[in-house]
Amino acid sequence: METQSRMNIQQELDIVGARQLGRDIAKKIGFGTVDQARIATAISELARNIYLYAEDGQICFEVIDNLGRNGMSIISIDSGPGISDISLVIQDGYTTSGGLGAGLPGVKRLMDEFDIQSEAGSGTKIKTVKWLK
Amino acid sequence: MRIPILKLNNYLLVSIQTEIDDKTAIQFQEDLLDKIHKNGSSGVVIDLTSVEVIDSFIAKVLGDVVTMSDLMGAKVVLTGIQPAVAMTLIDLGIHLKNVPTALDLEQGLVKLYQELGE
Repeated sequence: METQSRMNIQQELDIVGARQLGRDIAKKIGFGTVDQARIATAISELARNIYLYAEDGQICFEVIDNLGRNGMSIISIDSGPGISDISLVIQDGYTTSGGLGAGLPGVKRLMDEFDIQSEAGSGTKIKTVKWLK
Repeated sequence: MRIPILKLNNYLLVSIQTEIDDKTAIQFQEDLLDKIHKNGSSGVVIDLTSVEVIDSFIAKVLGDVVTMSDLMGAKVVLTGIQPAVAMTLIDLGIHLKNVPTALDLEQGLVKLYQELGE
């Protein structure tokens, strides 16, 4: 099984493609249906953020097999405008797109680990991990 | 991709059978409101049994569909939300309050009769 895959996000349909690919990988690793749905939903939110705010970016999937501790990491990378106030965007209900403002805070709750790095003008990198229990 | 909308007497029935992308969701919103208007429908059941992912955008569109139809005088009931989808929605912080729901299509129709007082 491949341990790394990536999906370019350039158009709206890539959001669906990314979450299907992510779900397939999650299933192969052995995640149950609820975690598969959590992972697919988190990918959907991350991919939509790329599409909405950065126009171009990638979602990378990595299978983690680390001394018997297995999981999956999802990394979202874009070279968009960046986020100037990270604490604001991880607040529930904050939105600049007219959405629900559930995206990033939702991803944080859906996944086990969440790390966001962003620099104004050079892009955003979000790394999330879900561990197999 | 267009989601088919079936007419049954005064009602409209929708079964979403595919992964919904954003465009399809918006198109569906328009199509459904048009059909309600053209047919003078009083109720709609949207069955989500085959839907495996409802993210914040799709949830917003579905919630909006319920409110918009309500404005036009048609009640909407959502049915068949899968356990995994329900758990994910709550994790996302989406509660879909004020949205009538039922377990399956059959109970959805019963709920619709109740909502409409028929």
